[in-house]
Amino acid sequence: MAEEPQTEEHVDSLASRVVGEGEEGELQFRDMFLNMGPAHPAMHGIVRILVRLDGETVLGADVEIGYLHRAFEKSCEVGGYNQAIPYTDRLNYVSPIINNVGYAMAVEKLFGITTPERCQYILTLMSEISRITDHLTCIGASAMELGAFTVFLYMIEAREFLYDLVEEVTGARLTVSYGRIGGVKADLPDGFEQECREAIERVRKIIGECHGLLTKNRIFIDRMRDVGVISPERALAYAFTGPMLRSTGVNYDVRKAQPYLVYDRMDFIVPLGTNGDNYDRYLVRMEEIEQSCRIIEQCLEQIPPGPIFADLTGEPIETERMLELAKHKESFKDLYEVKVDIAPTLQGSERIFHDVVATDDRRAFLPPKEEVYENIESLMNHFKLVMFGHGIEPPKGEAYQAVEGANGELGFYVVSDGSGQPYRVRCRGPCFNFLAALHEMLIGDMVADVVPTFGSVNMIGGELDR
Amino acid sequence: MIVEALIHLVKVLLVIGFVMNVAGLLTWVERKQSAVMQDRIGANRADIFGFRLIGLFHPIADGLKMITKEDFIPPGGNRFLHTMAPFAAFFPALIAFAIIPFGDVLRVGGRIIPLQVVDFNVGVLYLLAVGGMSVYGVVLAGWSSNNKYSLLGGLRASAQLISYEITLGLSIIGVLMVFQTLQLSEINRLQGELLFGFIPKWGVVVQPLAFLLFFTAAVAESRRIPFDQPESESEIIGYFTEYSGMKWGMFMFADFIETVTVAGVATSVFFGGWQVPYLFADGFHFPWGSIVALPHLAVILLQVASFVFKVLFFCWLLMTIRWTLPRFRYDQVMRLGWKYLLPLSLFNILATGVVILALQAL
Repeated sequence: MAEEPQTEEHVDSLASRVVGEGEEGELQFRDMFLNMGPAHPAMHGIVRILVRLDGETVLGADVEIGYLHRAFEKSCEVGGYNQAIPYTDRLNYVSPIINNVGYAMAVEKLFGITTPERCQYILTLMSEISRITDHLTCIGASAMELGAFTVFLYMIEAREFLYDLVEEVTGARLTVSYGRIGGVKADLPDGFEQECREAIERVRKIIGECHGLLTKNRIFIDRMRDVGVISPERALAYAFTGPMLRSTGVNYDVRKAQPYLVYDRMDFIVPLGTNGDNYDRYLVRMEEIEQSCRIIEQCLEQIPPGPIFADLTGEPIETERMLELAKHKESFKDLYEVKVDIAPTLQGSERIFHDVVATDDRRAFLPPKEEVYENIESLMNHFKLVMFGHGIEPPKGEAYQAVEGANGELGFYVVSDGSGQPYRVRCRGPCFNFLAALHEMLIGDMVADVVPTFGSVNMIGGELDR
Repeated sequence: MIVEALIHLVKVLLVIGFVMNVAGLLTWVERKQSAVMQDRIGANRADIFGFRLIGLFHPIADGLKMITKEDFIPPGGNRFLHTMAPFAAFFPALIAFAIIPFGDVLRVGGRIIPLQVVDFNVGVLYLLAVGGMSVYGVVLAGWSSNNKYSLLGGLRASAQLISYEITLGLSIIGVLMVFQTLQLSEINRLQGELLFGFIPKWGVVVQPLAFLLFFTAAVAESRRIPFDQPESESEIIGYFTEYSGMKWGMFMFADFIETVTVAGVATSVFFGGWQVPYLFADGFHFPWGSIVALPHLAVILLQVASFVFKVLFFCWLLMTIRWTLPRFRYDQVMRLGWKYLLPLSLFNILATGVVILALQAL
């Protein structure tokens, strides 16, 4: 318990007031300092908020970050380009695929690679699944911190359906490392579309239940409404993005403003709030879940088919060629349905899937394992890409790529000096700006409001401290 | 004389046994019910020789754990008060049940035994007085821990409990005006009468508004969500932040005992206590004229069963509320108490008085 502020250079908001002279017989009043975190149940383990209190009213606040700093950007410079992908998983660990996408697209920009269409659809779809998992976690956790534990577990259940999908596609639940420079690790597994549609329906049902438990609940509205308010001007001044910015009514969504992947072909609404308070942030997130569900459904409808038919050599046959073969009535001669054997690796990572989910640029993407084991060219190609001192070598230059993360604009700025290691990787995480403005949102509210406001900011330590 | 004392002793042991056991079981009920509500399985791991008994051993395992844990007193805290506080919280919660009747008089061998530990003629006042004492444990715990979180919890608790005590008392006054007595056994007996020949004259029937006010205030008194500001485990961790082991266990157990007590008082004052609709001393008298005669012992057993059933129902209701709602903010609790519940309870007294006068004038 800090009796006095512990550091010398504290901001003015922490200057303690002393009322009364403390003379004989006169009571002396002093503001109370309360140290919330880093070991506080609602601080998610990794942030400290020092608040100055008058009774229960917050008069000043100082947010201290950096407890989870692990030198993400510096680590990226040490390894090769692809070796940074597992690090990006750990940025916003509730929606890791979006991080993979952002980083991989920045490097692809350096190369000038375009990924195949199916790969772009897969990434869009998986990004939206990640966005839903992130929003579910955020809303659920802040509901739990308000005492509504049941809503939390409902939302975690919904998240579980989506994590099952993620696990099937990527092979992992949390640290997926699914994105690659120039493609993705593996194609979608068999029967994915059906499972995805079912999962989306289940998520919608649970979201309906949570609407019933929270949205019109008077206690919940009282706790959230007009708490943690930030004006559009201040939000823009702090460079807010994502649901936090949109809750103030500013219409900015990277998916609309600078469409990437196939977002320009999707029909979705960007929900906007009006007050910029916790309740609007809650509503914006709830609506974004629904819009993400819509995007996923559109992706499933529009996605170009993967390789189902292959010829005797295992080469995928394009639709046009199949038509041509059918015209010459040769289709039944050398065409048959290939039942793909489940390799010990992830389903969908075999050779026949390779071309539809990854670029054919051999400078960036590893050749399929079958070829590596079969011919010397692919073996050399593989070696060149994975050996230290070689690796992926984008041309000299710099590139910035922003994606709409679950919390806001997630940008990667990559500088290449032509070698196998990035010269500099800079990550622009959305949480950092929110935490910079947190004290403004807290001052004037009560101690009990610190928790929902902090929860609606959805600070993810991995992304904040990097 | 010795027989009298023995009868009293048995009754005391019965009531304490009932309250303690129900409170102990409530820890299990809370886990299992929340699990059912949240699509989970709930606690089911503690076993004795491989028997798990759907998790019923967990209260025992918890008790063993808490007894054997280190008992920590924070340096700088007040040792005496810090040790006193759990007892101050535990004791009033336990003795409140003493005046709640769990059945009508039992006649055995020419002896008349009222099924109630003590039958005060100012029973309701005793309830309020004992309820008011429970604030000491919480405040002392908050104050003696030398921890700012505990202090905030203690301050919230003192403000909240004292505010809601007023509503609690005023809401019961309506019932007292209707039944014209402070004696709980008498109130229970009068609730056996019938209105218009077929509606049981339960407190909730004649005083519906008072029941809602009482129940709200009682939930606030028992410091459960949505009124768990003193605890608020995600905000200020609570007044028992600095407690460990069995002392913490006593606070938790006192909470569950208070749940049972609240259920008991709500049953007794508003839901007829041990009354079963249309059951009189000699059997059922249904409004359509048929009579089912029952022996005395069967009637008493039915009454006790009715009381236990109602208490368990209210315990269940309190649990359901606990796992459905989020919690208020401290100032909102104060506003609700002083600006809505208090005027409403005053209005209830006024309206009750007007109706009683009007009925007398007729």
